Amino acid sequence: MPEALTGLGVSPGRTAGPLYRMAAPPTLPDRVPTVTDREAEIALATKALSYVATVLDERASQVDGTAAEVLSTEAMMAADKTLADAVAAAVGEGRPAAWAITDAVAAQQETFASLGGYFAERAADLADIRDRAVAHLLDEPMPGLPAPGEPYVLAADDLSPADTALLDPASVLAIVTRRGGPTSHTAILARARGLPAVVGCADILSVTDGTAVSVDGTTGQVGPVDPAEVEAIRAEAAKEKERLASLTGPGRTADGHDVPLLLNVGGVGDLTEDAEGVGLFRTEFLFLDRTSAPGVDEQQRVYTELFAALGERKIVVRTLDAGADKPLPFLGLAEEDNPALGVRGLRVARVDRSVLTDQLTAIAGAAAATEAEVWVMAPMVATPAEAAEFAEAVRAAGLPVAGAMVEVPAAAMRANRLLEVVDFVSIGTNDLSQYTMAADRMNGDLADLLDPWQPAVLELVFNCADAGRAVGKSVGICGEAAGDPLLALVFAGMGITSLSMSAASVPAVRAALAAHTLAECERLAAVALDAPDAATARQRVADGAHT
Amino acid sequence: MPSREVVVGSRIGLHGRPAAIVVRTAAAQPVTVRISTGDRPPVDASSIIAVLSLGAKGGDTVTIEAEGDGADEALDALAEILGRDLDAETADA
Repeated sequence: MPEALTGLGVSPGRTAGPLYRMAAPPTLPDRVPTVTDREAEIALATKALSYVATVLDERASQVDGTAAEVLSTEAMMAADKTLADAVAAAVGEGRPAAWAITDAVAAQQETFASLGGYFAERAADLADIRDRAVAHLLDEPMPGLPAPGEPYVLAADDLSPADTALLDPASVLAIVTRRGGPTSHTAILARARGLPAVVGCADILSVTDGTAVSVDGTTGQVGPVDPAEVEAIRAEAAKEKERLASLTGPGRTADGHDVPLLLNVGGVGDLTEDAEGVGLFRTEFLFLDRTSAPGVDEQQRVYTELFAALGERKIVVRTLDAGADKPLPFLGLAEEDNPALGVRGLRVARVDRSVLTDQLTAIAGAAAATEAEVWVMAPMVATPAEAAEFAEAVRAAGLPVAGAMVEVPAAAMRANRLLEVVDFVSIGTNDLSQYTMAADRMNGDLADLLDPWQPAVLELVFNCADAGRAVGKSVGICGEAAGDPLLALVFAGMGITSLSMSAASVPAVRAALAAHTLAECERLAAVALDAPDAATARQRVADGAHT
Repeated sequence: MPSREVVVGSRIGLHGRPAAIVVRTAAAQPVTVRISTGDRPPVDASSIIAVLSLGAKGGDTVTIEAEGDGADEALDALAEILGRDLDAETADA
């Protein structure tokens, strides 16, 4: 590894250690061997599949809860007779064991894919079973997490939910993946566990196993280091983490300009004691896996519990963000070719208004029963007319503060008009990046386009901040970008009034703000907006900030 | 052949934990229990892949059938399991 690599830093923190790659899935040789003894070949295939089932069952017994269930179901699939029959049939047509398993899995994956939703996701389990069985048959390294016997930096193409369930935080120092964007499964898991992570790091899998590297989950830098320095880097990072954790108090610049640091939460469990409030309460969890919408009473009970836990602090509730991309059976929405651009978020109210009005009634009931300062906002607003209609519904429910999320470029460009009809806006940088750059946020090959440092995205954020400043209304950020300490400085400098992020990101952002005056932040914002591209923007701001 | 029609009680449908429980219950029976949806040919209820391939959602009607000694008891056991909301019974649901 002659020089440093750069990816997208998605979970803050710095560390160093030997890098080990998750073994890549085996590939079948071009030349297909001839099968002479079909019975023996079927026996080989059966043995490989039952070996895989045994390994998965063993792994299931090492974990508990959902992870154990996922793994033992996968083990059942490996030992399944429907699969075994299909494999035997393929061998019967002259295919050798590894090829027969590959064929049978491909056919079954097609069936699952055609069912959609949760069923389609099981295709990944089948792929894992195939890779393990084929690796076993071809005597290749077993795909899966490495076990070098010392703490290591994990490098992978991308991580599957099954991999992440087994990831041991005591032995993994950091995660670096070749694919994956800022909202990938890897990024979310790493932040939840407080592990530094870099995604979209193109050449990471060409690094030899055992190479000592340093990883910076803030800047996205992964570079070679002298193995003798590893301990020192880790000690320094631990000291830095301790220093950050020792800083407390509200988000504030060095010269006393307040930038409240709020939390993105899905429920009471995500709250922390010292949080200044909640900047994004995702209400989806209440609605997932339901065949009918939860009633007003049930919703109100859940909201009341969360609001009560906040005392008098602020909470911004986002109304249900579902639709064609996150289907809920009771909405009865048609399948769409292009769900990210379809009926989702507030647009669902065009089809069925009752879900929104019931939710607002429940929120209003919970707000009345508690002391929390409750704000409500709608996802996927595109026009001031939509925002106005939503605000009217919010006020009709008896809730005083109504806002709109800015995720659609059209809304960002006309932020001044939005703010004529709502009390605040909150920018969802993940979707705003996806729609501004026309790059699917789940497509790891487009991670560079989804970089929130893209000047076009920053310009839209600035336009919103400017519109807010002109009328004295709040303009917050509630996308993952708010948790990047350097971007937080840029946002503060633009005039963004609050930043909402996962709890793990708060200490570093708090420290960065405390080390800079508002004037310095304003200068950094100008530097970022003036940069020709995302990488240069990040580099120039990093050079200009005190760290 | 003895058969029953059952409405799937698990709101999430026959995947994940509910599917695993149904398959384990079917595998524990002395006779082969087959399951089908709509007009599609019945499949072995003790095969997880076959059960997942039904794509049965919560509220869907499925038909189960079995033949031989203990068929009725086997169908009773399966019908009882299929009719329950198995996912709601998990601690972390």
